[in-house]
Amino acid sequence: MRPILMKGHERPLTFLRYNRDGDLLFSCAKDHTPTVWYADNGDRLGTYRGHNGAVWTCDVSRDSARLITASADQTAKLWEVSTGKELFSFRFDAPARSVEFAIGDALAVITTDNFMDHVPTVQVKHIAEDIDDQTDESALVITGIKGRINRAVWGPLNRTIITAGEDATIRIWDSETGQLLKESDKESGHQKTISSLSKSSDWSHFITGSLDKSAKLWDTRTLTLIKTYVTERPVNAVDISPTHDTVVLGGGQDAMNVTMTDRRAGKFEAKFYHKILQEEIGGVKGHFGPINALAFNPDGRSFSSGGEDGYVRLHHFDSDYFNIKMLFETQLVQFLGSDVAG
Amino acid sequence: MAAAAAQQKIRWGELEEDDGGDLDFLLPPSVVVGPDENGIKKVIVYKFDDDGNKVRVTTTTRVRKLARARLSRSAIERRQWPKFGDALKEDAGSRLTMVSTEEILLERPRAPGSKAEEPAASGDPLAMASKGGAVLMVCRTCGKKGDHWTSKCPYKDLAPPTETFTDRPPTSDGPPAPGGPVKGAYVPPTMRGGADRTGDSMRRRNDENSVRVTNLSEDTREPDLLELFRSFGPVSRVYVAVDQKTGLSRGFGFVNFVHREDAEKAISKLNGYGYDNLILRVEWATPRPN
Repeated sequence: MRPILMKGHERPLTFLRYNRDGDLLFSCAKDHTPTVWYADNGDRLGTYRGHNGAVWTCDVSRDSARLITASADQTAKLWEVSTGKELFSFRFDAPARSVEFAIGDALAVITTDNFMDHVPTVQVKHIAEDIDDQTDESALVITGIKGRINRAVWGPLNRTIITAGEDATIRIWDSETGQLLKESDKESGHQKTISSLSKSSDWSHFITGSLDKSAKLWDTRTLTLIKTYVTERPVNAVDISPTHDTVVLGGGQDAMNVTMTDRRAGKFEAKFYHKILQEEIGGVKGHFGPINALAFNPDGRSFSSGGEDGYVRLHHFDSDYFNIKMLFETQLVQFLGSDVAG
Repeated sequence: MAAAAAQQKIRWGELEEDDGGDLDFLLPPSVVVGPDENGIKKVIVYKFDDDGNKVRVTTTTRVRKLARARLSRSAIERRQWPKFGDALKEDAGSRLTMVSTEEILLERPRAPGSKAEEPAASGDPLAMASKGGAVLMVCRTCGKKGDHWTSKCPYKDLAPPTETFTDRPPTSDGPPAPGGPVKGAYVPPTMRGGADRTGDSMRRRNDENSVRVTNLSEDTREPDLLELFRSFGPVSRVYVAVDQKTGLSRGFGFVNFVHREDAEKAISKLNGYGYDNLILRVEWATPRPN
């Protein structure tokens, strides 16, 4: 396949997000300016100017009308997607890191870092339909997590909030009361910082990527560990394919052992694993630096990766990807015989 | 008489280049060379650069269909949105979005112990072979399929199967290929019995990227070919056939590229190229591979 290279950011990428229809791709980077691109040909549509610090994550509402971003400048901002206009700014006492709209887009969960004397918090804000009614107040504030929270997302039906971060533990909280409901098992869970978290399209399971060079698949309701994918490099970004049984991992450290200087595409690759069989299907190279962001298009026919090199690479899968997957499955099932792990 | 007349008459050969005089501010019109059979379109635009010189800017574009996007109605509406933010000052030359010039493949993970493949972009033929069906393990030494790769062949010391192309240049260190080593003569380590032939397959793969160049002029030699072909990519070997008696080139030679892609480019660019007053013929050295 011929990836489309988009160099809109001067600094490393931090996050990528498709809108629900899959025609827009939002990219966040350390350069203060989130950007929106057309997801088919990579043309830039516009940028959102207003932040004064690195933008860590973003989310877009279901109707693609509103964008919310969280930034190290201690604010989370609401934007009008079509014009780039800043609608509202939530102020915090510490850098804001993770942000996500709830189902229905009436709530958003935002996390803040541990900064100076402040402990990390998870805050829920109401999002008003009419922007004039928008206020800064929090519906819920959860404290009590020690390490930095890298990702906080909504659970099914907005009943729960799932957090993951530096202490390598995944926690499920009640979204109304803020009570801790579940915690991931320390032994079988990750051993190092969880860098990323991504839900399946039906939110029934989610994958976490960690600096312990693995990614794990969990059940959203019970927090049971379902699968583990092992790789050789710290994992910075993960995603689950919405249409096929595939997951993708991206990461890498900069001091790579490069024996052959390849003048062309970089060596950092996004690795594809079979979701159920846990085996590596293949890798897509190209980035010149570690991969920090990955996202599958909701139609499952393309994916994007964002790297430390400032590039976004948009790949439309060709028939190879679908063939290799099927080929892989039939081979492996034959090989394993009756021992196929379920 | 003649001198006086010459002084008055302006000799056009001695005029300065741009003595068009007053018409300097006019630029030739832009030219569009329409999409040819490869879909390549050239737009040539003339303009003045910052120093006031006339410059010609040639933009070569090719339109490629990458994917079919099925857009919902709201997505189509979003397509009509005007650009905002930093995208406002974008012009055609900003080139933020580019299609990669290389083909990137989903590479199968390597089994531990098998040889490292060439970079994905050159499209390793072995990877291509396994595309169609079950993984085909072909060993080049014993020709047995499905068992082991060449580097793991238990019959490593067997002589490689003789190759069919006639113009193959003799190896630089050993005796000419047919006939084998003469008794008592020096046999290089690679050709001795029981030798490790694994280095061979490295060269063999290179020879699949071998390009034959014919209709060379008499005094063309290796350095000339190297200079001509190196712009397409790293060249592992050049050879020019020289008649020993006369010392003149026999008119043909071979260039081995490291990457197959570069060999392809060289063939398409240099076949028919005028070099030292002759038109070169550049093609694959082996029967045309697909």
